Amino acid sequence: MKTLRRLFHRLTSWATSARDEEFLRAEFEEHIAMQTADNLRAGLSTSEARRQALLKFGNVEAMKESYRDQRGLPLTETLVLDTHHALRRLRKTPVFTAAVLLTLALGIGANTAIFAVIDSILIRPLPYPHAESLIRIGTAAPGLPGLPDSLGCSPSMYFTYREENRVFQYFGIWYVRGASLTGIAEPEQPRALFVTHGVLDALGVKPLLGRWFSEADDTPGSPETVMLTHGYWQRRFGGDTSIVGRTLTIDSRPRAVIGVMPADFRFQGDPELILPQRFERTGQSLGPFNSQGIARLKPGVTLEQASTDVARMLGIWLYAWPLPPGMDFTPFQNALLAPRVQPLKQDIVGNIGSTLWVVMGALGLVLLIACANVANLLLVRAEARQQELAIRAALGAGRGRIAREMLVESMTLGVLGGALGLGLASAALRLLVARGPDTLPRLNEIGIDPFVLAFACGVSVLSGAVFGVIPVLKYAGPRVATALCGVGRTFSHGRERHRVRNTLVVVQVALALVLLIGSGLMIRTFQQLRSVPPGFTHPEEIQILHSTIPESLAKEPERVMRLQHEILDRLAAIPGVVSVGFGDAAPLESFLRSGNPVYAEDITLTGGQVAPIRRTRKVAPGYFKALGTRVIAGREFTWTDLYEKRRVAIVSENLAREWWGAPGAALGKRIREAGPADPWREIVGVVEDVYDNGANVKPPEFAYWPALMDQYIWGGKDGAAVSFGMFAIRSSRTATEGLLAEAQQAIWSVNGRQPVFLITTLKTLYDQSMARTSFTLVMLALAGGMALVLGIVGLYGVIAYVVSQRTREIGIRTVLGAQPAEILATFVRHGLLLAGIGTALGLMAAAGLTRLMSSLLFGVTALDPVTYLAVSALLVAAAVLASYLPTRRAIAVDPVQALRAE
Amino acid sequence: MVLKTLEVLGPLHGYGIARRIEQISGDLLTVNQGTLYPVLLKLEQEGSIASEWGASENNRKARFYRLTRQGRKQLQAEARSWEQTAAIIERFFTAKAQDLK
Repeated sequence: MKTLRRLFHRLTSWATSARDEEFLRAEFEEHIAMQTADNLRAGLSTSEARRQALLKFGNVEAMKESYRDQRGLPLTETLVLDTHHALRRLRKTPVFTAAVLLTLALGIGANTAIFAVIDSILIRPLPYPHAESLIRIGTAAPGLPGLPDSLGCSPSMYFTYREENRVFQYFGIWYVRGASLTGIAEPEQPRALFVTHGVLDALGVKPLLGRWFSEADDTPGSPETVMLTHGYWQRRFGGDTSIVGRTLTIDSRPRAVIGVMPADFRFQGDPELILPQRFERTGQSLGPFNSQGIARLKPGVTLEQASTDVARMLGIWLYAWPLPPGMDFTPFQNALLAPRVQPLKQDIVGNIGSTLWVVMGALGLVLLIACANVANLLLVRAEARQQELAIRAALGAGRGRIAREMLVESMTLGVLGGALGLGLASAALRLLVARGPDTLPRLNEIGIDPFVLAFACGVSVLSGAVFGVIPVLKYAGPRVATALCGVGRTFSHGRERHRVRNTLVVVQVALALVLLIGSGLMIRTFQQLRSVPPGFTHPEEIQILHSTIPESLAKEPERVMRLQHEILDRLAAIPGVVSVGFGDAAPLESFLRSGNPVYAEDITLTGGQVAPIRRTRKVAPGYFKALGTRVIAGREFTWTDLYEKRRVAIVSENLAREWWGAPGAALGKRIREAGPADPWREIVGVVEDVYDNGANVKPPEFAYWPALMDQYIWGGKDGAAVSFGMFAIRSSRTATEGLLAEAQQAIWSVNGRQPVFLITTLKTLYDQSMARTSFTLVMLALAGGMALVLGIVGLYGVIAYVVSQRTREIGIRTVLGAQPAEILATFVRHGLLLAGIGTALGLMAAAGLTRLMSSLLFGVTALDPVTYLAVSALLVAAAVLASYLPTRRAIAVDPVQALRAE
Repeated sequence: MVLKTLEVLGPLHGYGIARRIEQISGDLLTVNQGTLYPVLLKLEQEGSIASEWGASENNRKARFYRLTRQGRKQLQAEARSWEQTAAIIERFFTAKAQDLK
C-alpha cells in the first residue's frame, strides 16, 4: 500500500518536475540562509558564517540528486535523458555511427534472416490445425538392396489400411504429377495433387469456396470433379467466384470445379489443382508403391502405436492382394516389408536442419566479430572521452551512473543497428523466397513473424550489451587521477592500455579464420563435385521439354512412336539444333525415376537372394549422342531396332562390370526386367555411368530399354511405347525464347496442341542437384567474406591507432637516426604477432568446429590440409597489408610535424 | 526522529527540524543537514507528514511540515516496535550467565 502510494506520488511529480525543482532550490536556499543567520548570531564573520552553513548542509548538488532520486522515476528519467544524449553524441560523429550501424545491421540482419528461415522450416508447426498428429506413412524394404530408404504406399495398401486400421482418424494416399488442361487458348500442364478420400480431411483445411471431395467423388463412375488452389484460381481465373460449378477439360476429360482452397493452404509439391484419385478396388495388386500415405492419428495415439498397427496391417495386406502381373512372390517375401511412420513435418523438412544450423552458426560468429569490432571502436571513443568522464566522476557522478550512460549509448547503437538489420533481413528473405533453392522445403512459408521479431530485438540488445560492457569495464572505473594527468603530451601510452584491444583483434582473427576455413571447405567440395564426370557433356546446351501423345491421337504403340519420331525430325530441322534425343526422362529428373529388379540370364541368384533394384529408362536412337553420354562398347539403338521390335538393351558401365567384369564382356548377354513376363533382351551397347542422383552419390546401375517394344512387363498386349516423353535438344540457342517457340510449334504441329511442360535445361537440373552445396557455399562464403573484412578492418584499426599514438615517438626515433624500414618492421611485427596468435587459435577452433559440417562435405575431409594452409596464408597476407598501410603513412610524416602534432 | 520532533513541536520548517534533532541528540548526531530533505520527501509521499508554504520567523518564504493523522499512527507503531526492540536488547545486556541455567 505504502509502495503504491509512493509510486503514485512519483508518477505525478514526474509531471510537475520543473516547478518542484524551483521549490527545492528555494527550500535549500532558505535552510542555508537560516543556518547562516544562526552562525552570524553566534559571532562568525559574514563569509565564514555562510561557508560553515554550506559545509554543514553538505554537497548541495548531491543532495538535490538524491532528493530527485526519491521524487520522480529516476531510472526512466535518466534513461530518457541518456538516450537523448547518446543520440546527440552519435549524430555528432556521423562516420563512426555509420560504420557501427552498418557493421551491426549486416551482422544482425544476416542472423535474423537465417533465423527466420530456421524458424519457418524447423520450428514453426506445419500450417494445418493440430499438425502434430499428422504423420506420413511409407514402407521400408530393407531386404531389397538398391531401393530408397522409404517407399510410398500402393493403392491396395490404401484399401487395407483404411479398412483395418485402429489408430487413424483419417487416412489417405496422394501423389503429385502434371495434368494437362486443354480446351483453353494456351494449353497448360498444371501440377495436380491426386488424393484419395481422407487426405484433405486429415489436413483439416476448409475450402474457401465450395466443398471438399466427398466419398462419392472418389468412387469411379460418379461425375468427375476438381478443386483449385488459391494461387492457381487467382492467376488462371482472376479469382472469379463463379468458377465453382464450371467444367474444365483435364487430361482430356471434363471435370466440374467443386471448390477452391484458401490462400494459406500449402502442400508438398506446391499443387495447383486437386483431383480425386478414384481407385478401382478390383484389379489392384500389391504394387506399385508410388503414392504417399498421410494420416491423422486419433487423439492420444503415439507414433509407436501407429507403427505397430501398420506393421500388423502389412501382414494382412501381403496375403490379401494378388501379385503384380508377371512378378513372383519371392521379392515381396524377401523384402522384409516394414512400416515407415514419421511425423509429417520430419518428412517434409528432411535433413536440411544440419545445413541451416551450420549456416546459423557461421553467421553467429560473424555477429561476434562485428561486436568485437564495434567494441574496439567504442574503446577508442571512450579513450577520447576519458577526461570528460574523469571530470564528471570528480563532480560526484557515481560509477554506476557513468556505466549506465555508456551502456545506454551502446544499446542505442544495438537497437538502431538491429532495426536496420531487420530491414536488411526482410529484403534478403524476399530475395531468398524468390530465388532460393527448390530443395529448401517450406520455402514459401518463410517470413518475419513475431517470434523472429523478438529474436531480432533480443540479438540487438544482447549485442549492444556485449560490446557495451567492454569499454564500461575499462573506463567507468574511478581512476580520476590517472585519467586527468595521463592525457596530453606528457607520456606515450604503455602496453597495458592496448591489451583489451589486442585481445579483441586476436579473437576476431581467430573467428574469421574458422569461417574462412568453413567456406574454403565448401569451395573444395564444390570443386570436387564439379570434377566428377556427370555422364553428359555441356549441359548448358541441352534444352529439355516434355509433351505427350494423347490416347485420342494414337493408342497403338507403333503409331505413338512414329509420331514421337516425327516430332524428333521436326526438332532436328530447327536451325541451330545440333542433335536431338528422346526418352522417358532426362538425367537428374528425380520425379520421373523408375526402378525395378533386373535379371541377367547367366547370373543365377542363389537361394533366397533377391535381384537388386536397377534404374530403368526407355530411350530412342540418338539419346546418348544428344546428351553426350559416351558409348563405351557396342552401339546405341537404331530406328531399325525399334521398328523391327528387336529385343535389345543397353546397360551402364558399372552394371556391366558388376556382372561380367568388363564392359566388352556384357555384349551379347541377355537381361530382363522384374520377372518372367518380360522377354530376355540382348545387350548391344554399354554406356558411361550417369550420376542420376547427383554428383555426390554413387551413380546408379542402369538398364536402358528401347522406347518401342513389342512386349514389356508393364506394357499392354500390343507392347509399349513412350507416350509421355522427354525431348532433349542440343543447340547453341538453348533457353532462348526463339528456340522454345519453334520447338513448341514443332511439337504442336504433330500432337495437336498438347501442353509442353517441365521446360528446363540440363544445366539447371545439374545445378539443382548441387543446390544444397551451392546454397551452403554461398552462405558460408558470405559469412567468411564478411568475417575477413571485419577482422582485417579491426586489425587495421588497432595498428592505425597504435601508430597515431606513437607518432611522436616515431618522430623522435627518426630524428635519432632510425631507418624507416626498422620502424615499419616494428609495427608490422606487432600486427603479425596478433594475426599469428589469432590464426593459431583459429586453427585449433576450426579443427574442432568443422567436424560439425562433415555431412555437407564431399571429396575432402574436415581437416583438409590444403584449405587450412591456403586460408591461413591468405589471412596472414591480409594481416601484413593491414599493418603495413597505416605504418607507412606514419613514417611518411615529417618528424618536426610529428613532434608538434599534439 | 522527524515524526517525534513534529509531534512535540508542531509544524516546523526543514532547518528547524534539523536544529532540533541536533539539539536533542546533544550534537552527537551531526550528519549533513541536506540528507534530511530526501527523508522528508519520502515521509510526505508515504502520507505521514504534509507540507505547506508559509512565512518563517524572519518573514521569509519557507516550507512547513506537519504531522498527519496517519503519521501519528505510524509514530505510535514505530515507537512501540522500538520499545520492543530496545527491551529485547536491554534484556540481553542485563542477562547474567546464571540466569540462563
